Amino acid sequence: MRFERAHNHTWRKIKSALAVGIAFGSALLVITPLGLVFFYLLINGAGSVNWDFFTKLPAPVGALGGGMANAIVGTLELLALAGVIGIPVGVLGGVYLAEYGSARLNSVLRFLADVLNGIPSITWGVVVYGLIVLRFKGCSAYAGGLALALIMIPLILRTTEEVILLVPNGYREAALALGVSRWKTIVHIVMKTASKGIITGILLALARVGGETAPLLFTAFGNRFWNHSLSQPIAALPLQVFTYAISPYDDWHRQAWAGALVLVTGVFCVNILVRILTRGRGASVV
Amino acid sequence: METPEQTVMERLEHGSAPPPDAEVPAAHTFEVKNVSIWYGEKLAIDNVTLDVAANAVTAIIGPSGCGKSTFLRALNRMHELTPKTRMEGTVLLNGEDLYSSTVDPAIVRRRVGMVFQKSNPFPTMTIGENVVIGLRLNGVRNQRFLNERLEKSLRMAALWDEVKDDLHKPGTSLSGGQQQRLCIARALAVEPEVILMDEPCSALDPIATAKIEELIYQLKARYTIVTVTHNMQQAGRVSDYTAFFYLGRLIEYGPTTKIFTNPGEKQTEDYITGRFG
Amino acid sequence: MGVAASIAVEERSVQERMARPSRFGDKAFEWLTLAMALAVVVLIILIGWQLWIGSSVAIKKFGFHFLTTSTWDPVAEQFGALPFIYGTLVSSLIALVIAVPLGIATAAYLTELAPLWIRQPLASLIEMLAAIPSVILGLWGIFVMIPWLRDYPFPWLKRSFGWTPFFSGPIYGPCMFAGGIIIAVMILPIITSVSREILRGVPDLQREAAYGLGATRWEATRIAVLSYAKKGLFGAVILGLGRALGETMAVTMVIGNTPQIAVSLFKPGYTLASVLANEFTEATTDMYLQALFEVGLVLFGITILVNLLAQLLLRTIAAKSATRAVQ
Repeated sequence: MRFERAHNHTWRKIKSALAVGIAFGSALLVITPLGLVFFYLLINGAGSVNWDFFTKLPAPVGALGGGMANAIVGTLELLALAGVIGIPVGVLGGVYLAEYGSARLNSVLRFLADVLNGIPSITWGVVVYGLIVLRFKGCSAYAGGLALALIMIPLILRTTEEVILLVPNGYREAALALGVSRWKTIVHIVMKTASKGIITGILLALARVGGETAPLLFTAFGNRFWNHSLSQPIAALPLQVFTYAISPYDDWHRQAWAGALVLVTGVFCVNILVRILTRGRGASVV
Repeated sequence: METPEQTVMERLEHGSAPPPDAEVPAAHTFEVKNVSIWYGEKLAIDNVTLDVAANAVTAIIGPSGCGKSTFLRALNRMHELTPKTRMEGTVLLNGEDLYSSTVDPAIVRRRVGMVFQKSNPFPTMTIGENVVIGLRLNGVRNQRFLNERLEKSLRMAALWDEVKDDLHKPGTSLSGGQQQRLCIARALAVEPEVILMDEPCSALDPIATAKIEELIYQLKARYTIVTVTHNMQQAGRVSDYTAFFYLGRLIEYGPTTKIFTNPGEKQTEDYITGRFG
Repeated sequence: MGVAASIAVEERSVQERMARPSRFGDKAFEWLTLAMALAVVVLIILIGWQLWIGSSVAIKKFGFHFLTTSTWDPVAEQFGALPFIYGTLVSSLIALVIAVPLGIATAAYLTELAPLWIRQPLASLIEMLAAIPSVILGLWGIFVMIPWLRDYPFPWLKRSFGWTPFFSGPIYGPCMFAGGIIIAVMILPIITSVSREILRGVPDLQREAAYGLGATRWEATRIAVLSYAKKGLFGAVILGLGRALGETMAVTMVIGNTPQIAVSLFKPGYTLASVLANEFTEATTDMYLQALFEVGLVLFGITILVNLLAQLLLRTIAAKSATRAVQ
């Protein structure tokens, strides 16, 4: 009996160690693509990221060199447009969910926001195409910006709600007890206290839509030249990467890698910035 | 405006609770009549009638869950922030009905300030900004006036000498006791008539507590103070009048010396002597 | 009698300097934020309405045949979306087969099995993976993953499993299997992080009970944690499925984009999202555009159902853990 138990115990220990090993292997496998993508971006892209890349327009087929200046600026313009619409709607909507509303209404709205976050981003492209592009007879920066804005809204709404709910009730009460009106309490005390978290949510949403290609394909459309009017098609970094990647030209492939490297660097910088911001948050809220 | 004598007469006519201190006819800041409060279905305050003396410290004591905090919050309509609250009865502040439909709760709260159990200076603001934020958010722009109020409020809260060179530092950089005095200064800055204190010392060490108690003693020259406390010794030290609440009802109310030395009710005596659950 | 009237002027000058509180400001702000919050309702209705309007003629013309026929010929104006539906489902299924075990094992590693110091950095790396834009993964897929798959794993699979219909026929490179793998990479972060949250929500009492009975680390994880969290993990999987169905750029770049229904996973395929990405700007006739809008409607219909299911599953879990917290 005793021996059997001991034997059984050893076997169980081995099994446990084996399971831990497999789980470790899985974790390693999950992050492998991250390492590989980064490695190949550096190998294939770093050589083409130079001054010209940031300052020149794309070169015509066959001509060497050229850059993606228009696409970089285009992405920034699209993000600005998206932010103008998406940030106020998302932040104020999040404020409503956290500060007002009945429990039932809010849980429905929250639910819908989460469902919206799962809608494929290309769907937004199709919707904006129908709403704007068909109606105004042409792709434009406005259409692209709107598509990105609509993706941002539920994202920002949920993060804003979450960080506002983290603000201790004592601050609300303290302000209200001074005879400050509800809305001023929310704007000047609650939102100000949660501002780091709100900004974090906004930055993450911008980083996310900044890398989106699908909703821009037939809204912003892309442009090989500078965009001179927001009602004209506009270039965007991810779009340009896509166009170059599926082209048959080696030189464009190099440019695609360079564009991808710049894009990923931008997205990761925002993510790291967010990490630094949130590290400070724990200390200041409590 | 009515005179104190009228108030006393009126109260005697209505046959409510006996005057807390029969020898000195006190003016009354609050007249609370037949107040009941429900949270949803739960009755939190059961038909309480009591007058709060002006320029005195009134302590509200009782076991936890007895409704003392709810009662305190009813004095500046803070309890209305809890959803599904219902209230009956009247509360008069210097003769005016706080719950009249024409009165804005924000105005009530400007006149009846509040200090909370956990000190809560706004974390995004400096010491100076914390003191004048009430005035600022209530539309006072005049910088000279704000500076005047800043110094005056901090002096009244006995904090000026300690922080006058650090006004630009974050309010949360202060010690616990200083933070609580900062919150008192913040409440004083809007020049209320009453200060409500909800267990203001329960999170503080004995030295910080002593400072706050000393401050309360000084403040009553200018303000009416109502404080909730679960600390009997503290009630005995700082208050002029004591109200004992139990299960939402006012069991006994009178001069602190009488309540503590010669309580009229068995329940009060049990609670004060610590023979209570 | 107004409140202000009773205030002695000299004594109350501070109070008098303050502005009267405005109920209008409070109401206006509440209504403004409500309007913004209702945007989520408006957006859902907007998507459904626009896709419906955009495809109404095609819906009338093709009816159910749109979903059940497989000819996609814009020139002859014959539109059957079956190959895309098939491609979407199969590529997502492949992705789930790969991503679910890996994701859940990683989540278990992160919450139960890994040494403490490794957990946070590893979780951060997975978040970084989630931050890689789809188009960049696609780029990597075209130029790195597909050549490698073509040279090493695919020939081996063909040698070993070529007798099954799934791994037979010529190896092209871009194919359904490559699409499934790239989708797996895209959905791994979300499956892992949601599963991790679910496992974290398992009360410590569960673990303690198992350890108290002398369970090993793995036994405690399996019996006390994983089986307890079954429903939540299922929610995480369904959420991952929702993302997989709608994944666009990376798949488009590696799946081959050929509207056919082929059993062999080495053959190119096409998904609903890919056909939108590729053909929307080429839609020259009204009926072609209508058909594409209908493809969008089908995609929206499928993903919204899957997401509704996922959120419902995850919500019952959340509600349960909330009540637990109260107790």
